[in-house]
Amino acid sequence: MDFLEWATSPWGQSVPIHIAWFLIWVAVIAGLLFLIVHATYVMYFAKPREFAADDSSAVPASIPKRVPRHSLVARMFHWIMAASMFTLLFTAFLPKVGLQFNWVTYHWIAGAVLSVSIVFHIIHASFWLDFWSIWPDRIDLDDAQKRVRRFFGMPAPPPRKFAKYPLENKLFHGVIILCGLSVILTGVFMMSRVRTIFFPRNPYLFSDMTWGLMYVLHGLAGVGLIALVMMHVYFGLRPEKRAITKSMIFGWMDRDFYLEEHDPERWKVETASPPPTSNRIEGRGLTDAG
Amino acid sequence: MAVIRDVMPAFELYQPSSVADAQKLLEQHGPDAWVLAGGMDSFDWLKDRIRKPKVVVDLSGIEELRGVRTTGDGVEIGAMTTLTEAVNHPIVKQKYGLLAEAAEVVASPQIRNQGTLGGNVSQDTRCWYYRGGWPCYRAGGNICYADTPEGRNREHAILQADRCVAVNPSDTAPALIALDAKFVLRTPKGERVVDAEDYFIGPEIDITRLHILQPGDLLTAIRIPSTWAGAQFYFEKVRDRNVWDFPLLNVASAMVLSGGTIERMRIAVNGAAARPLRLKAVEDSVRGQPRNTATGEMAGKLSVRGAVPLQFNAYKIPLMRNLVKRAISGVEEATWTS
Repeated sequence: MDFLEWATSPWGQSVPIHIAWFLIWVAVIAGLLFLIVHATYVMYFAKPREFAADDSSAVPASIPKRVPRHSLVARMFHWIMAASMFTLLFTAFLPKVGLQFNWVTYHWIAGAVLSVSIVFHIIHASFWLDFWSIWPDRIDLDDAQKRVRRFFGMPAPPPRKFAKYPLENKLFHGVIILCGLSVILTGVFMMSRVRTIFFPRNPYLFSDMTWGLMYVLHGLAGVGLIALVMMHVYFGLRPEKRAITKSMIFGWMDRDFYLEEHDPERWKVETASPPPTSNRIEGRGLTDAG
Repeated sequence: MAVIRDVMPAFELYQPSSVADAQKLLEQHGPDAWVLAGGMDSFDWLKDRIRKPKVVVDLSGIEELRGVRTTGDGVEIGAMTTLTEAVNHPIVKQKYGLLAEAAEVVASPQIRNQGTLGGNVSQDTRCWYYRGGWPCYRAGGNICYADTPEGRNREHAILQADRCVAVNPSDTAPALIALDAKFVLRTPKGERVVDAEDYFIGPEIDITRLHILQPGDLLTAIRIPSTWAGAQFYFEKVRDRNVWDFPLLNVASAMVLSGGTIERMRIAVNGAAARPLRLKAVEDSVRGQPRNTATGEMAGKLSVRGAVPLQFNAYKIPLMRNLVKRAISGVEEATWTS
């Protein structure tokens, strides 16, 4: 079974030209299998979550009823990125599975929107948000070890509550960064192969082999995103995650959910500010990665 | 790239005697099957060993695919009817002379004797990079060798290029579009009838095909309604060698006049894009206009709006402008004044 498609260049060199398209279905099936296994596990086998007791008994009184989580700008970025990501996935893969339409123009326009929004996000997150809140720290790794040991029935103390983002969220963000930057960087170069408003066409920018590898990386990251987006949407719809999803719409989460899942020591909420509304949010931290 | 010419790769040859059998074979073998009509395009591919189908379904033994039949509303021409038969058929000549004119300038007499109408509209592009077996977009790759500063693209597209700049080489296709013909397809889901202009697709829809036929589909007939029977027709083909060549550009039009005014018109060109183009904007703009030089010039200018020339085919823009003008105002009126 060939995972890549190869061709012979005019100079007799065997070069990859793109991924084998059956990988689209591999990604879809992998995504679906994950959802089924996870949903089954949560429904029938998962034990109630248990966190280590925190010493934040004095904190709750100062926590507002609506805990600010995502600023308006961060939410706008998230939804613009989501729209462009869906457009990119549909325009890239629907024609490959038989639905034929004029996809290239929509694809590069959505790609340009995604690229600009990601650049904006990197700058915004670096200078205006709490950049490190989305990256795993030592406590996350310690807690992950505890959770794994408890999962397998081995003795371990309960983990601490989460900071602003659970470890799973942070890892997902990391994988999205890898796939997203791969498709964006390769996609920017690939735009020089089609007629756009940005660059003069120059298909000879790289050698056939480099171009081929670029198309392969673009394709692999693209099919990877199919599975990742499926998982992300699934978790966004799960009842126990609804508060997080809601916060990506309205900008805040309920105080009860915050106290139940998050450690006020690890995610300090600004309490001095007036009660936030959906239009005026002073939250700090990165968005959920998509 | 080694090319072994004149020796075809081995394949299983099927020679069905009915459309039902042919379609069953095509369904059975799917993308592995190659449909052989007159063979004028197919044998190039096979002898050059660029295409190596496992199965070839030869339609030449299917009588029901041959011949011109009159129907309640026009004529139906079997897809395996040769171009010569179409040209010489009295009804085609008398009522649908546009098709006769177009078919008569296809290639050479020998090729017209063997080539079929279905094959002519379904033939593949002549882009030599593609036909030479280079891994271009149309061949499933990720580059267009013709659309580069050094690419030889004198014959390529000026309109609607999308990564690939190859053009459709059919002479009869624009004539059939101008006649508002319907193409009858036999698909695994049953019979499907499509407008001639919808039979052809550009690279933005599917970069690997020039028409909508999927594996398992078969073009069985072309129906020409009487709507344009006896109208004023115009067909002109410009080619490098007048005795035998593919078109650089061609134009076909059917026009109904009321006095000196254009009452209605259909016009199509080929050789300008990957699909024959029906010029709807031109049709709308000339409706109700006098048939004269000014209208022709206006239509000519309108027809090339949005054209993007490549390195070596900018000549196609004035050529197309002039052909459209001539189709509307007539040859004797076609000297440009601007």
